[in-house]
Amino acid sequence: YTWDANEEYLFKAMVAFAMRKYSRKSTTQISNVLLCNVTDRVSFWFVVTDSSKNVTTVPGSEVEAAIRMNRNRINSAFLLSDKTLQFLKITSTLSPPVEPSTPVWLIVFGVVLCLIVAAIVFLVVAGIQQRKKKNKESTERENLEEKGEVTVENGIPCEALDLKAGHVNGVFAADDERFTSL
Amino acid sequence: LSVPPEIPKEDGRPKWDNKFQYILSCIGFAVGLGNVWRFPYLCQIHGGGAFLIPYFIALLFEGIPLLYLELALGQCLRKGSIGAWNTISPYLGGVGVGSWMVSVLVSLYYNTVLTWVMWYFINSFQEPLPWSVCPLNENRTGLNKECYESTAVNYFWYRKTLNITPDVTESGTLQWWLILCLATCWAIVYLCTIRGIETTGKAIYVTAIFPYLVLTIFLIQGLTLPGATDGLAYLFTPNLSTLKNPRVWLDAATQIFFSLSLAFGGLIAFSSYNPPKNDCEKDAVTVAVVNSLTSLYASIPVFSVLGFKATTGYWDCLDRNIISIINEFDLPEESIMRQNYTTWISFLNSSYPEKIAGLKLKSCDFQEFLDQSVSGTGLAFIIFTQAIILMPGSQAWAILFFIMLFSLGLSSMFGNIEGVFTPLLELRIISKSIPKELLSGIICLISFLIALCFTLGSGSYWIDIFDRYAGSLPLLVIAFFEVIGVVYVYKIKRFSKDVKRMTGRNLNLYWQITWRFISPLLLLIVFVAFVVLQIQKSPSYAAWNPKYEGFPMKEEKVYPPWVLAICVLLAILPCVFVPLVALFQLIKRMRRSKEPSFVPPEVFSCQGANG
Repeated sequence: YTWDANEEYLFKAMVAFAMRKYSRKSTTQISNVLLCNVTDRVSFWFVVTDSSKNVTTVPGSEVEAAIRMNRNRINSAFLLSDKTLQFLKITSTLSPPVEPSTPVWLIVFGVVLCLIVAAIVFLVVAGIQQRKKKNKESTERENLEEKGEVTVENGIPCEALDLKAGHVNGVFAADDERFTSL
Repeated sequence: LSVPPEIPKEDGRPKWDNKFQYILSCIGFAVGLGNVWRFPYLCQIHGGGAFLIPYFIALLFEGIPLLYLELALGQCLRKGSIGAWNTISPYLGGVGVGSWMVSVLVSLYYNTVLTWVMWYFINSFQEPLPWSVCPLNENRTGLNKECYESTAVNYFWYRKTLNITPDVTESGTLQWWLILCLATCWAIVYLCTIRGIETTGKAIYVTAIFPYLVLTIFLIQGLTLPGATDGLAYLFTPNLSTLKNPRVWLDAATQIFFSLSLAFGGLIAFSSYNPPKNDCEKDAVTVAVVNSLTSLYASIPVFSVLGFKATTGYWDCLDRNIISIINEFDLPEESIMRQNYTTWISFLNSSYPEKIAGLKLKSCDFQEFLDQSVSGTGLAFIIFTQAIILMPGSQAWAILFFIMLFSLGLSSMFGNIEGVFTPLLELRIISKSIPKELLSGIICLISFLIALCFTLGSGSYWIDIFDRYAGSLPLLVIAFFEVIGVVYVYKIKRFSKDVKRMTGRNLNLYWQITWRFISPLLLLIVFVAFVVLQIQKSPSYAAWNPKYEGFPMKEEKVYPPWVLAICVLLAILPCVFVPLVALFQLIKRMRRSKEPSFVPPEVFSCQGANG
């Protein structure tokens, strides 16, 4: 927005407001705030006069304190911030960075760690179960072999050969007889 | 009479679920953090596009032949590195032990780098990002001094993450947050390698493909940033005069060599799980080409972001000067813009030189901002994090970036751990009754305990030492002996017969020439040049010392003698196994030959080693 007489009026009003709030007297008027040396840069000097005391200027420290107290109201009136609306010789107090009670990273870390530990436990338990099952199967098969119920050839049970992995050669298995009769 | 058709010979060796898993594992092992943060840096300092010439020559004559050699060796002998080299010749067993040793040393420090990545990742969920603001000092009057003098990003890296000591001899204390992250990283590695390639084969689908997705996203985002084209132009503009410098050729050769992760034994382990009849020639060419293309692909978003960062830095510099000038001369707002800054400045300098001099304006040179080249951890944790703050939606970009780095590093860790795990599984010392889960658990636990040293205050200095000495020189030596061993001890005629059986093709002229002459010669030259360069200047390091006068510049310090001794030990330890084992076997043979029942050693070949 362009800086014109209306904005200057608003500025005077804000300074008067700040002075009223700070000193709690309702005597400061807009006409008490004087602007001088307005440049194109939009920078100027201003003084606040005290009409009750023979047109003297209010001391600078009082004005500074008043403005510092109401800084954010003044800023938001002009839609500016501490950086874009500068009062020379009035430094802004720094606000500390927001620190949540538990550091966020600990929370994320906890989540990640829980997931990983759960996955490891799952894999280890699955591995142990698989091993137990394999042991049980191999002892069962050994028992069956000892009893002679399952014939094994080349380490492969004959049932597997007959049913799934083997092919019956039609030429030799004429008459549906696979074994020669005695 | 029924003949069972091809029931595969059960030798109990695990195998890949499919070929894609195997290729992906090799690519994941080769593509690592170096592709992202070392290759773009080398491109930048060695004349941009001109660097690609020595890079591709090195790829052709050094990278691909050595890669093919390792993959063919593993596939033919079907054993991990120690077993494979013992099979080739008992005198060359030391090569395998050296590989194994290097894999151990590298695994230790590589996972600590992943720890740092994880720390940054879990901190990326905070709003605003913790490395974007400086904390206040004790009495809340201003910003923390160390942070104020350097930058918030530097402060977060050196103080909040590393808590670095000013000197390598001061160990400092263990940083508890890094210990937590280190434990998590080793837990993740354990989770993925718990049953060897059965589990890494599944994990690799994610860790190898995800980085490409993120790189593409960053590519698209990076190209839309202002200043990206300047960064890219700067990167790729070829400056052919740099090719006269031998340093460029040396850097290209070493970069190809380390980028392909040769001589770690991990590639031998991976290909040993292949079926015997697999075309490893095509695999080798594929992996090498994909690795190089990934390096190129990764350098595009990296340099777009660097160009963006340089542009914003330049604009900030200009804006600060413009504000001071406008304040001083009371000019209206927006009278001086970035475009007409130079005309204004020259005008004002001629009319009011004293006022301008009194303002103490910083000279803003765009080229200077671009020239700030960094590689390694500095690129990721300082430069890139600073650029991410400037992007809109910085949390998402930070999270994506660090997950990408983590995946890249994790897939390389799989290869390292396989290089350690597979030879141990085959040693007869480890009986078959120890389940795989327990063995991998023991490896991860011991590595975690040793790697605790890297979480000390001086940890990052030690990681630099390990990287420079354990992860560089021994690999060159081992690779040299690998080539010599296969070509001249095992004899290349025998090997070509084995290769023909596996791939169905004869070894063509290219492989013959490179294996026999060019690659060993290149390795020898690179090794000698490397050693000469290391000896020329006494090894020094850059320390972060807040009390230094030139702070925030880093202080150049020299390593004390005991640290130098450790450096030499790290470089020599893996290499020394090669002559040691050869000597040991020689003594054993001489002692055996004195006995009357001397049996000549069997002649091994690929057929004999199967099953």
